[in-house]
Amino acid sequence: MRALILALSLLAAAPAHAVLPGERLDDPALETRARALSQDLRCMVCQNQSIDDSDAPLARDLRLLVRERLKAGDSDRQVTDFLVARYGEFVLMRPRLGWHTLALWGAPAVFLIGGVGYLAFALRRRRTGEATQPEPLSDEEKRKLDAALNG
Amino acid sequence: MSPEIGHYALVLALALALFQSVVPVWGARKRDAALMGTADAVALGQCAFVAIAFAALTHAYLVSDFSVENVVLNSHSTKPLIYKISGVWGNHEGSMLLWVLILTLFSAFVALFGRNLPLPLKANVLAVQAWITAAFLLFILKTSNPFNRINPAPFEGRDLNPLLQDPGLAIHPPLLYLGYVGFSMSFAFAVAALIEGRIDAAWARWVRPWALTAWMFLTAGISMGSFWAYYELGWGGWWFWDPVENASLMPWLAGTALLHSAIVMEKREALKVWTVLLAILTFSLSLLGTFLVRSGVLTSVHAFAVDPERGIFILAILIAFIGGSLALYAWRAPMLRQGGIFAPVSREGALVLNNLFLTAACAAVFVGTLYPLALEALTGAKISVGPPFFNWTFGPLMVPLMVAMVFGPFLAWKRGDLLAAAQRMMAAFAAGIAAMLLTFAVTRGGPVLAPVFIGLAAYIIVGSLAEVAERVQLFRAPLATTLQRARGLPRSAWGTAVAHAGVGVMLIGIVGETCYRQELIVQMKPGDTVEVAGYQVTLTGLAPVQGPNYRDVVARLVLREGGVDAGILEPAKRVYTARNMPTTEAALKTRGFSQLYVSPGDVETSGSIALRFFYKPMVLLIWIGTLVMMLGGLLSLSDRRLRVGAPKPAARRAPAVQAAE
Repeated sequence: MRALILALSLLAAAPAHAVLPGERLDDPALETRARALSQDLRCMVCQNQSIDDSDAPLARDLRLLVRERLKAGDSDRQVTDFLVARYGEFVLMRPRLGWHTLALWGAPAVFLIGGVGYLAFALRRRRTGEATQPEPLSDEEKRKLDAALNG
Repeated sequence: MSPEIGHYALVLALALALFQSVVPVWGARKRDAALMGTADAVALGQCAFVAIAFAALTHAYLVSDFSVENVVLNSHSTKPLIYKISGVWGNHEGSMLLWVLILTLFSAFVALFGRNLPLPLKANVLAVQAWITAAFLLFILKTSNPFNRINPAPFEGRDLNPLLQDPGLAIHPPLLYLGYVGFSMSFAFAVAALIEGRIDAAWARWVRPWALTAWMFLTAGISMGSFWAYYELGWGGWWFWDPVENASLMPWLAGTALLHSAIVMEKREALKVWTVLLAILTFSLSLLGTFLVRSGVLTSVHAFAVDPERGIFILAILIAFIGGSLALYAWRAPMLRQGGIFAPVSREGALVLNNLFLTAACAAVFVGTLYPLALEALTGAKISVGPPFFNWTFGPLMVPLMVAMVFGPFLAWKRGDLLAAAQRMMAAFAAGIAAMLLTFAVTRGGPVLAPVFIGLAAYIIVGSLAEVAERVQLFRAPLATTLQRARGLPRSAWGTAVAHAGVGVMLIGIVGETCYRQELIVQMKPGDTVEVAGYQVTLTGLAPVQGPNYRDVVARLVLREGGVDAGILEPAKRVYTARNMPTTEAALKTRGFSQLYVSPGDVETSGSIALRFFYKPMVLLIWIGTLVMMLGGLLSLSDRRLRVGAPKPAARRAPAVQAAE
């Protein structure tokens, strides 16, 4: 299941990059990490673009900053913490799981499970419903039926 | 003079809309045919007046009438003719006018072609349409009048936002609005049915052509917008999970669910209450989309309105219509009687599953889009919900849907046999596995599961078409028999097969682009050559070019493939002079369904230029897939039962169609 989720997230990875040749790190492993990190960081002055996609000068500064921190030996988490401390959580494209985002991350699953639960409930109710007999005719209905049958 | 005529026509249209909001409903209540009958003529009159207003605004743009504020802000005398026309709806006021024009057009169509509808239903439907029209006409006249004059009039306009100066813009908003507003029809039918407290299979049959039409336009609009972003925004993405994109995706998901549940209702009289709810929700999401885009609560290229008065007005419309219709639903829906019973494993069951996953996906998009707004309003905390969230929630919901989508048509109504269906789907499984192994063998790199998804796509395409192939007895009966059966098969069966196959085609494009994309970022000087995706690309020069209302710096790239000349690419850095706004003009080279995408960076003082090359395998299939889906919709729309409308004696005299669904 984890592999599937991972594959799906890779499937829909951010499509293009604004990284310039001069910015790249010589160490390919560090550069790969820098690219992955930049795709999840928001360019604060753009419209819904990651710093990896953006041409804006601020995005370039942040790209360089991320690479600087990585070269200094920071872990991925330390780099994002560093940026969140300065720019707030708004800088993260993928909101962190916490009390304030519990409803966000939980909603799709809750909706799906709720839907399945409701369907199962409706199915069971109908099964038992099928077994029970329809309500007997009321006196009024019996009289009408008799009248109709006897003309 | 013409702006005043336009303004006056809008006022007259509003008066007619108010009349139509009340009189036909009253007539339907009193069973008064004369009162109900007024709706037709009034609907046509409204449409005519709004058309006059729209023509007046278009005229102001064509003659560059800079005494009109809207024209000053969004036009320029040197702008090419096509953008003068498309500029009419390339701004807030004009686009709202287009919105209402389309709304009244739909009402006029009901008035003209709704002869087979029962009179009270038709009167109520037109009245509900008039409520929406009146609300939006009030909105335009009160807060967004496109005909405002300014004095003194400037000599020149400020030009249209350069990003919007593209043939894509000429088509994208009208298509999208035809989709958004088209769903007002199913909404009006749902509310009319709730007012009457009666609903049956015939209702579903009347709603279906409108919902199908809206769905096709919305599909076209979203696809067009995605393609436009792909080549115009200059960084090669085709879907960004931008709030504005989400605003159009939500009604699409709900509308797709509606199309499917309406089938169950029409064939089996089941899911009535749910179908009515979906019809209400789909249009509510369209209204929500309009609110999100028009109110400016979102920061995005599309949000040209930043006036809080407008936002509050649209919010009021939103609350009135969504709240009102849902309250009506809560009150009247329990009176609607449920119909046919079915086993979990059946065609109905598969369609219920479809609805479950589509609405869950819609909910995921809804929460992801609105959560940051809600959180900021409640706690003041600002967070971003970006592509990673949607990829993790939306993606996993789509996979089971795609697997089940092929099964559905193989299952019988009422009670299906999963094993028997699986046996009939052997060709699809075989095709899926073959495609997976083939992809695995010929590709290097890419995520491990990418071949699995290519296999899934092949399974969808073959499985969808296999259902039709089986019904026409392809290869099992003589060719003449097959052809005869193919002609006799209901068009809706063809529509299902083709539309489902389109999803598979699109999936190939998505997997190809995201998993097997190659990228090269280089700094090049004139004379340099790089090798990318089998092409030798040489930069021969950088040259300035003067356009009608912009300046370009064009990078001229000569392509060779295996020593043979393969054409020229000319990506450019462009500056629109009126607003001094820079844009990036990407250049594309198509090979089969794949494309080489070149996006230029800035020119350095040393005379070199940064160039980003992307090779995007199968990328065109994304949009071709949506075209195939639309073709499916068109086939389904041409189905005989929709053309003849409600069951009539004439329908029974026609030669019996074999294998009736």
